[in-house]
Amino acid sequence: MSVLFDHLPELWRGLIVTLQLTAASFAGAAVLAVLVTALRVSPVRVLRAIGTAYVEAFQNLPLLVLLVLAVFGLPEIGIQAGLLTTAIVVIAVYEAAYLAEALRSGVNAVSKGQGEAARAIGLTFSQSLRHVILPQALRTVVQPIGNIFIATAMNTSLAAAVGVVDLTAAANRVNLTEAQPIPIFVGAGLAYALIAACAGFVTGRLERRLVILR
Amino acid sequence: MSSTALFDEPGPRARRRIRVATVLGALAAIALAALAVRQFAANGQLEAARWQPYATWPMWRYLLDGLWSTALAAVVTAALAMAAGIMLALGRLSHRRWVRLPAAAYVEVVRTIPALLLVYVVLFALPRYGLDLPLFWKLVVPLAVSNAAAFAEIFRAGILSVERGQTEAGLAVGLTRFQTMRLVVLPQAARRVLPSIVSQSVGLLKDTSLGFVVSYAELLYSGKVLAAYNGLLIQTYLVVALIYLLVNLSLSKLARTLEARQRLAVPKRRLARA
Repeated sequence: MSVLFDHLPELWRGLIVTLQLTAASFAGAAVLAVLVTALRVSPVRVLRAIGTAYVEAFQNLPLLVLLVLAVFGLPEIGIQAGLLTTAIVVIAVYEAAYLAEALRSGVNAVSKGQGEAARAIGLTFSQSLRHVILPQALRTVVQPIGNIFIATAMNTSLAAAVGVVDLTAAANRVNLTEAQPIPIFVGAGLAYALIAACAGFVTGRLERRLVILR
Repeated sequence: MSSTALFDEPGPRARRRIRVATVLGALAAIALAALAVRQFAANGQLEAARWQPYATWPMWRYLLDGLWSTALAAVVTAALAMAAGIMLALGRLSHRRWVRLPAAAYVEVVRTIPALLLVYVVLFALPRYGLDLPLFWKLVVPLAVSNAAAFAEIFRAGILSVERGQTEAGLAVGLTRFQTMRLVVLPQAARRVLPSIVSQSVGLLKDTSLGFVVSYAELLYSGKVLAAYNGLLIQTYLVVALIYLLVNLSLSKLARTLEARQRLAVPKRRLARA
């Protein structure tokens, strides 16, 4: 147990990096996902195709492959950013595909009359999306979005495989010097479980506050 | 598609706007592609010599060997995880509390632990306690442990979706609880969850890329070795990504086809009953 306290600063720094990765990439993913969803439900076929291609591509590529490609491959064509930034961008782009899929199912759940009413009072496509459809769509998919947030937190650990020193990497390093795997890995696992539990608690509360019963 | 709920049949002005948006969208996509090509060209990555190796068989054979190992790891993991998943699902639905609680705890805990952390445990922690698995199992065991929880939830949902009358009927004709589950409920549940199982298998196949960490020679790790050997980093990783994409796209397509077939089948049964 004392290993954990001896190495608290390193593990703490790792946890902070994990939280940064999670928060930043989820925020980025949310913005991207709204854009992709708008593309996927737009009346323009080319835009729909672009949105669908985005979702299909990033749902079917392993995140680790994308991370490796971005961290080791992209510098070859002169695109290079800091390691942490690269990881955040890649995770955001990857999770955006899943979020967009969740949002689209939310849009599909909004009843048809809402869209018709929005058009009847003369709102344009983007106005009806922004003021009428998306707010309702978001409320129906609080739970799936919470699950994607938890998945994002878990997936940030893959950044450790390309050299970001997040919680997973920090735990591994401490274990390599101290060779006391049980307390270290259990501690790291608990930290992840705690993040997931917090996210679950928040989404549970949000769900109850926001859900529209039909 | 219900997305048609968001717009009406376009009139002349809307059609013009759609045409403009089509042109703009296409131009943006082309511009993005052109930018990528320009980046490749400016850094000399477009030279024929840097792509030519991937027109030769030995390179592909090496990567396809990697793909074979990926498939092997994925199939073994899926078999183990599904077997464990069924047991866990049955455990969670058991009416004995000492079975139900541990199964529920396993599922809830493992679902919130990253697979990579489990891989590190198997890689670095278990050998200290004298359990040094062969390379293949160092990848398969942690993935099976983490995917078992996901499969358990899928199977549980499937079992719960089977109407209660089925269980009652099974018990009424004198089957034991276990027999009812095995002969009546599970076969129906398994059919219903087939699409979810296939799409979870896509996730599992993606997880096998952790072989990169374990240095088990699956597709991504093979790509890494190959890139270190021929120095063609971006080309190799792009080819690897393409292979993953093709395999997973076909699996996802299969999942969608299965789902569509079931959506056709289910209402018919309901109608017959009504």
